[in-house]
Amino acid sequence: MSKLNLRNVVKRFGDRTVCDGIDLTVDEGQMVCLIGASGAGKSTVLRCINLLEPIEDGEILLDGIDISVPGLDPQSVRARIGIVFQSFNLFPHMTALDNVMLAPRRVRGRTRADLLPQIEEMFERFGLADRMHNYPDQLSGGQQQRVAIVRALAMQPEVMLFDEITSALDPQLVGEVLDVLLMLKQQGMTMVMATHEMGFARQAADKVCFLQNGRIVEEGPPEQLFDQPQQDATRQFLARALK
Amino acid sequence: MTQNRTAGPTRRELFEAQQRWRSIRIAATSTVLVVVALIVLVPLAPGWAKVQQSFFNGEVLVKTFPKLLEAFKINVMIFAWSAPAIAVLGLLIALARDTKSPALFPLRIFGAAFTDIFRGVPVILTVYLIGFGIPGLGLTRPWNSPYIWGSLALILTYSAYVAEIFRSGIDSVHHSQRAAALSLGLTEGQVMRDVVLPQAVRNVVPSQMNMLIALQKDVSLLSFIGPVEIFRQAGVFKSLLANFTPYVGAAIIFLIVTIPATRYADHLMAKQMRERR
Repeated sequence: MSKLNLRNVVKRFGDRTVCDGIDLTVDEGQMVCLIGASGAGKSTVLRCINLLEPIEDGEILLDGIDISVPGLDPQSVRARIGIVFQSFNLFPHMTALDNVMLAPRRVRGRTRADLLPQIEEMFERFGLADRMHNYPDQLSGGQQQRVAIVRALAMQPEVMLFDEITSALDPQLVGEVLDVLLMLKQQGMTMVMATHEMGFARQAADKVCFLQNGRIVEEGPPEQLFDQPQQDATRQFLARALK
Repeated sequence: MTQNRTAGPTRRELFEAQQRWRSIRIAATSTVLVVVALIVLVPLAPGWAKVQQSFFNGEVLVKTFPKLLEAFKINVMIFAWSAPAIAVLGLLIALARDTKSPALFPLRIFGAAFTDIFRGVPVILTVYLIGFGIPGLGLTRPWNSPYIWGSLALILTYSAYVAEIFRSGIDSVHHSQRAAALSLGLTEGQVMRDVVLPQAVRNVVPSQMNMLIALQKDVSLLSFIGPVEIFRQAGVFKSLLANFTPYVGAAIIFLIVTIPATRYADHLMAKQMRERR
């Protein structure tokens, strides 16, 4: 059974259809990259999986259980699925450490003292050991984004979603964030990532999906999708993206 | 650039220093001219002696100032217990208007009605209605004190304004902050308490400072229902001495408090503008 399964997911904003019947399967420990032009629906797919957007039709299965049932309590699902945003969205009034501790304390009822060793270890692993007590505006973009990843990981999620997490970063900071993802992949984390980093997708993804107008036009292993795309639309997009 | 710096000021720095001196000289000269003109010309104006006698009488000022200062303590006292009550009630009303659960619909309606009514009625009318009206129901001491009911009138009116400011602060927190907090599994209540409110309150500090300044002045409205605070005390002196200088004295005391407070609020506001840019 696959970890995450989207079946015919439809999402509309007013009369604009953003997801027009998305089918997607993600296996345990897989990294799936969603590529496509801005507005193709990549981010919306991720926000729907995290239940930040209710879907109009279709179903989203986590471990075979439908989490998109209307009226379902979203908190318990969100605690199992972490998401990292393009614009970091750290809480500006809290230190990096408090940003990370907030959810485990409130949602899981853990205490600071009890959390500290484990979180210190995470900061260290992500090269942030000396940044724990800084506020977000004292950190570089790359550091902020790594704190945001630590914040999501501190809830020990089963699936991680990444929404164009390097798009707001200076080019020289992109590498340090992508390295973190490779580390997570080695640890067997299940990940879905919307990205414009074609090089990274080719190198790290188990599966790449090309989206256009709210649909997955083509999907496959990166070698196949990048080197022998079957669809004209994919070819045109890649020709422009890889130029 | 750094080489120039060690060698002395750059051309640009010299030019700017020169410009700075030039504007300081011009500003100083024009200010001195205006002040001298005021000092020389105003006393020459017809009727000045009368104005001075009636409004700026040094003798009366010296005689009444200590008593005015004494009476101002009552203003400070009323202010000191009203302000925290306003902050708490204002925040509660703002939160009541922001609830989403259908069970709390009456609370939402109440919040909206409260702000509509107390923002829509003149303060003095509320002060009369509550300050005279409620003790007039036949309450016994100490529960018929105009201090209690007058303060309540101020608290209700100001809470309505303060609640609206808190609400605008809540709206000013970007929705991506809510999304981030929700995505971690926090409940709506936790998101409000831990993420939205702390930022909202910080964003509205300058506006709330202005409300505090307005409240400090409006405490004087309670003089109409009894308490002998500074405005009332000045009125007593005015009748006694047939002179308006005590009112000027009262105005001076208010300004001593409100000008620094206003400047501080402006400073906070400017600082926030800079940070947002």
